[in-house]
Amino acid sequence: MATKTKSKTTETVVLKDYESVIIFTPVLSDEQLKDAIAKYRKLITDEAGELVHEENWGLTKLAYPIQKKTTGFYILYEYRSNPDFISKFELAFRRDERIMRYLTVSLDKHAVVYNKRKRNGEFNQGKKDQKQEAAK
Amino acid sequence: MKKKTNANPAMVFNTMPEVQQKKKFCRFRKNGIKYLDYKDANFLLKFVNDQGKVLPRRLTGTSLKYQRKVAQAIKRARHIAVLPFTGDSLK
Repeated sequence: MATKTKSKTTETVVLKDYESVIIFTPVLSDEQLKDAIAKYRKLITDEAGELVHEENWGLTKLAYPIQKKTTGFYILYEYRSNPDFISKFELAFRRDERIMRYLTVSLDKHAVVYNKRKRNGEFNQGKKDQKQEAAK
Repeated sequence: MKKKTNANPAMVFNTMPEVQQKKKFCRFRKNGIKYLDYKDANFLLKFVNDQGKVLPRRLTGTSLKYQRKVAQAIKRARHIAVLPFTGDSLK
């Protein structure tokens, strides 16, 4: 029985939704940062499966200092992957000295819907309009 | 029974004056919010006092189901330095 169920799971790869926020050190130059972002993007597309969304918040102020630094580059990846991939992915984070902090979260169905709507800009439309009007 | 819940009216008046007329409600149930974004610092600040502590349900009116999610989101936000662990004047 056990072998049967095992073979079943390996046949149908279960993809789950995940989201990782990574904080890179502010010491990096633009190119170094680009390389780092590309490295993890490649990891996801090569091994995890599907990169749903990638977001770069740029140099952002931290709420409290981490490793004596008050700013950091925030990068967000949203992806669908096999659960086995996560440990590999996080190991890469821990080995990387450029990364100050990371957080990987599995997304439930509501979160996926929320992120989709957020990307399409369905939130804060009122605020955006106000800003545009103010700019005019 | 109702008198019992208002046993200490002075305290309630101090924190939220409108409590007397208005019944508190869970903003998530009312507005149909199903997911709390831990990256949204401005929204999470509503559930935190000016020291950065999580506000109790009895003050915000959040239902238990969503209070758990609020707490989880705040802890995640603290980890990625979106919210501070402590602070003197957040608001």
